[in-house]
Amino acid sequence: MPDPGLIMYEEEFKQIDAELRRLHQQANAKVTFLVDKNGQLITAVGETENLDTTSLASLTAGNIAATGGMAKLLGEKDFSILFHEGERDNIHISLVGRVILVVIFDQRSSLGLVRLRVKKSVEILSQILQKILQQVDRAKAPSGSGGSGKEQPKSPFSEISEDDIDKLFG
Amino acid sequence: MSFINYSSREINCKLVFYGPGLCGKTTNLQYIYKKTNPDSKGKMISLATESERTLFFDFLPLALGNIKGFKVRFHLYTVPGQVFYDASRKLILKGVDGVVFVADSQAERMESNIESMENLRKNLQEQGYNLDQLPFVIQYNKRDLPSAVSVDELNQALNPKGVPFFEAVAPQGPGVFETLKEIAKQVIMQIKKGA
Ligand SMILES: Nc1nc2c(ncn2[C@@H]2O[C@H](COP(=O)(O)OP(=O)(O)O)[C@@H](O)[C@H]2O)c(=O)[nH]1
Ligand SMILES: [Mg+2]
Repeated sequence: MPDPGLIMYEEEFKQIDAELRRLHQQANAKVTFLVDKNGQLITAVGETENLDTTSLASLTAGNIAATGGMAKLLGEKDFSILFHEGERDNIHISLVGRVILVVIFDQRSSLGLVRLRVKKSVEILSQILQKILQQVDRAKAPSGSGGSGKEQPKSPFSEISEDDIDKLFG
Repeated sequence: MSFINYSSREINCKLVFYGPGLCGKTTNLQYIYKKTNPDSKGKMISLATESERTLFFDFLPLALGNIKGFKVRFHLYTVPGQVFYDASRKLILKGVDGVVFVADSQAERMESNIESMENLRKNLQEQGYNLDQLPFVIQYNKRDLPSAVSVDELNQALNPKGVPFFEAVAPQGPGVFETLKEIAKQVIMQIKKGA
């Protein structure tokens, strides 16, 4: 199978969340959030109460996928930044490897400021994500070959039963 | 590609409903949406043309319950069936955890079914997936129509490997949740295997 599933542990999740908070504040944004390229929301920060973040995440990924397809037709590798301007709110979308960083902002901020702050955040987020991917690789590798890394908790999913699944559907 | 978050204690999985145009993929999602209680579902999004043909995808997020203390979320997607939307179909298959192939049981749609099944296999292959190793279920839809061919015949044409299959009448519901449950089960078992 092409890529292993994304697995996020507490520590990295906190780092990501902290970085999104910092960006949210420094860019004067309304909302900042991170989405997996497959459309799954990783985390969102800011004025999210009246926002359907699940749908936004899926559409963001669709958007990136569609423009990525356009890029390939033009012989580009990807369009790494997308910007949508509205009457009130604007959306700035940037690719960070396998994930997508989204910033929603209004007249309290500006495209210039958002761009500047996003650039810095992309660097930091890339590093954290790198670490997560290494951990996933290590987790998939046969035991003993992982080497230096810290032990991850034993997966709770090794004991799933058919009964657990039946209960999902009540 | 499932996404497991130990911090928020969530598992996210992506299910794709595939099949020829007008076989009933969108109808499956609409029925699931209608019958799921409001706490368990998000908004259903349909990126459709003015004549309600799927243009890019339909999307329905479901959170049915917990397993081992983790909230299990399924993200259901449909693809546009028309042949010329192949680029979109490829995009939607990215990161898929499980596939439901919805076949149209009507005799006159047999060729479209076969073509779509071959298209599914090919599009998965391009991304390094092997359909035979993915969680996979087939649904024979439109069983209510007079020109529906026998299940034996459908299996012969579309199901040489003998994967689980269900007969359905999507607008009324028979077969819809049976199909969903089976693909969900296979996907979760896959996560168990990887654990
Ligand atoms: N008679 C009958 N009609 C169906 C059934 N499932 C779907 N349809 C109808 O077929 C048409 C196309 O369905 P739709 O879900 O939009 O197909 P999609 O292109 O696969 O998304 C709609 O008019 C549905 O009401 C079925 O089981 N029986
Ligand atoms: Mg449709």
